[in-house]
Amino acid sequence: MEKPITGEKRVFMTGNEVVAWAALAADVDIMYGYPITPQNEIMHYWTRLAPKHGRGFLQTEDEISAGFTTCGGVLSGKRAFTATSGPGNILMQESMTMAEMMRIPTVLVVQQRGGPSTATVIYSQQEVTMTCYGGNGEGLRIVYSTGTHQELFDYTIKSFNIAWKYRFPTFVLGDGYQAKMRESLHIYDPAEKGIKMVETTPFVGLAGTPGVDREPAHLRNTYNTEEELYAVVSDLVAAYEKIAPEIVEYQTFETEDAEVLILAHGIVTRAAQAAVKTLRAQGIKAGHFRPVTLRPFPTQELREVAAKAKKLLVVESAQGQFQKLVKDALYGLSVPMESYFKPGQGITSEELADQIKGGK
Amino acid sequence: MTAPKMPKSWRAETKPHKFCPGCGHGLILKALGEAIDELGIQDRIVFGCDIGCSLLSWDFFNVDSVQTHHGRTTPVMTGIKRARPDRICIAYMGDGGGYAIGAQHLVNAASRNEKITVILANNSNYGMTGGQMAPTTLPGMKTETSPYGRDPEATGFPTQGPEMVAAITRENAYVARGSVANVRQLKNYLKKALQNQIDGNGFSFVEALSGCPTNWSTNAKDTWNFIEKTMTQYFKVGEVKTPAPKEEKSNG
Repeated sequence: MEKPITGEKRVFMTGNEVVAWAALAADVDIMYGYPITPQNEIMHYWTRLAPKHGRGFLQTEDEISAGFTTCGGVLSGKRAFTATSGPGNILMQESMTMAEMMRIPTVLVVQQRGGPSTATVIYSQQEVTMTCYGGNGEGLRIVYSTGTHQELFDYTIKSFNIAWKYRFPTFVLGDGYQAKMRESLHIYDPAEKGIKMVETTPFVGLAGTPGVDREPAHLRNTYNTEEELYAVVSDLVAAYEKIAPEIVEYQTFETEDAEVLILAHGIVTRAAQAAVKTLRAQGIKAGHFRPVTLRPFPTQELREVAAKAKKLLVVESAQGQFQKLVKDALYGLSVPMESYFKPGQGITSEELADQIKGGK
Repeated sequence: MTAPKMPKSWRAETKPHKFCPGCGHGLILKALGEAIDELGIQDRIVFGCDIGCSLLSWDFFNVDSVQTHHGRTTPVMTGIKRARPDRICIAYMGDGGGYAIGAQHLVNAASRNEKITVILANNSNYGMTGGQMAPTTLPGMKTETSPYGRDPEATGFPTQGPEMVAAITRENAYVARGSVANVRQLKNYLKKALQNQIDGNGFSFVEALSGCPTNWSTNAKDTWNFIEKTMTQYFKVGEVKTPAPKEEKSNG
C-alpha cells in the first residue's frame, strides 16, 4: 500500500490533524474513540484518512469502552490508540490501570481541557496528576508533555515505539491550544528519517492449538494474596525504574548561570523560553528547565540545574499539579520556590517577565 | 481412579476448578467446552472473562484467555475482534457485569452488531462480593443489600437480558436463554451462538440460569428447585431470536 507521506512536507495544520497524520505515518492499525472536545478532530481526520490506507476505526459508546477496546486491539497485536480529554480522561483511567498491570502498550493522546467537572472545552494543564498517576496504581506510565505541533507529530510517532519497546501505557499530553491552533511543521515518513517502527506482537490469538502445540496465553490482573501482589507490583516497579533513565527527556534554556530558574512544561514552555530572552536582554539572569517526560520525571537532571539557582519559579495552567512533581524531585534542596498558577488559563511571556521583575 | 471425562478444550492442569461446590459456572463452562470441541475451534478462540466469580475461569481452558475488569469484557473482546476478525471472541460474565456495570457495553455491542459471543451467567445475585442484590434478583428474594426481600416498587423487577438484546438487534443476531438444569440444551444454544459468529452473521448472546448455593444458603435439592422452578417464573428458557436463514444461492 502507498505510503501516506513521502518525503518531508512542510504543512500548516491544527494539532489534532497533526496527531492523525502522525498515527497514519506510524503505521497505526486502528483507532478507537469517543467524541469529546477539544480532541474531536483527531477522529475526524483519522476517519477520513484511515479507509484510504486500510486502517480501522471504531466509535465506541463511551471512553470506558474506547480505553478497553484499545486494550483489546493492542492485545491482538495491533498498533492501536485512542484520544480524549477531561472527563473522558477520567473514564479512561480504568482501562489504563489494566494496561499498567498487564503491560499493554496502549497509546493515549490527551488534549487537556479546563477542569474540574465539565468546566471548559478550551485549555488547561489540569490533567497532569491524572495522566501521570490516575487510577489505583503506581503511575507506571510514560507521559510526554508536548509544546509545539512539531513535537506533537514527533512524539505521537515516538509514543508507539516507546510503548511497544518498553510495554508500558504511553501518553501524549497535549492541550486544547495545541489541539485547535494552526501552526507550521514538517511531517515525514518515519522510515525516511531512519526511524524504524518497533514490531508489534500479539498477546492472544497466537498460532497453533493451545495445550497441543503450545501453552495457552492466560493473562490476568487479579491476584489472591498480598504476597503475590507485592511480588507482581515490585517486579513492575523494578522494570519501570530500570528503563526510566533511557526514557527521560528534558530541555534547558540558559540555565548555566541562571539566578532565576523558570520551571514549566507543555505549551507553557514557549512563554518561559520567550520570557528568558526578554529578561536576559534586560540583564536579568533567567533560565528555564522543561521536562519533556513528566513520567518518568527527569529528577536528577532538574536537581543539578535547580541547585545552582537562587530562586525557582514554577509556572503552570493548573493549581500546582506540576509543582507537586517538581517538589517531589527537589526534596531536600533549600532553593526558594515561588509559583505562578493560572488553572485553566493561558500564560504569556509578558506576564512571566513581569512576575519575575516584580518579584525581585 | 481415572480422571473424570473432561472436554478436550479444558485445561486439565487447572482442575479441579476454583468455583464453590454446587456453583453453576462449572456446568456452563462444561457446556461451552463441549461446544468448542464439537465445532473444532479451540485454536481460534480468544476467551475473555469478567470480574466477579467469572474471573475464576481465567485459566480454565486451553485457549488464549484475558481476564479484564468488572463489566469491561465486552469492549475488550470487541477491540480484539475488530482488530483480528479471524478470531472467535467470547466474553464471559455474570449478571452484574453484563446487566449493571457493563450494561452500556452490552447494549451498544448488540446495537452495533459486534461479531462476538457474549455468555452471561445469571445466578440472581453478586456472588464474589458476598451475595448482594443484582439486576436479576427476584422480587421478594433476600440478599445482603435487600435483607427484607427485593421490593420491586423500590428497586424494579429482574432485568430481562435476552429479551432486551433481542429487541435491539436485527435478524442476524442469535439470542437465547439456557439453564444449567438442561446442559445439553445449553450446549446447543452455545454452539449456535458460536456458529453465528463463525458465519460472520453478527452478535450472539446466551444467558444461562445458574445456581449460587453459597450465597443462597441452599442445599443441592433447594438449589436445583430454585433454578428450575423459581427462576423460570421470571426468566423464560428458550431461544429468543435465531438468525433468519440465508437466502439460497441460485447456483443451479
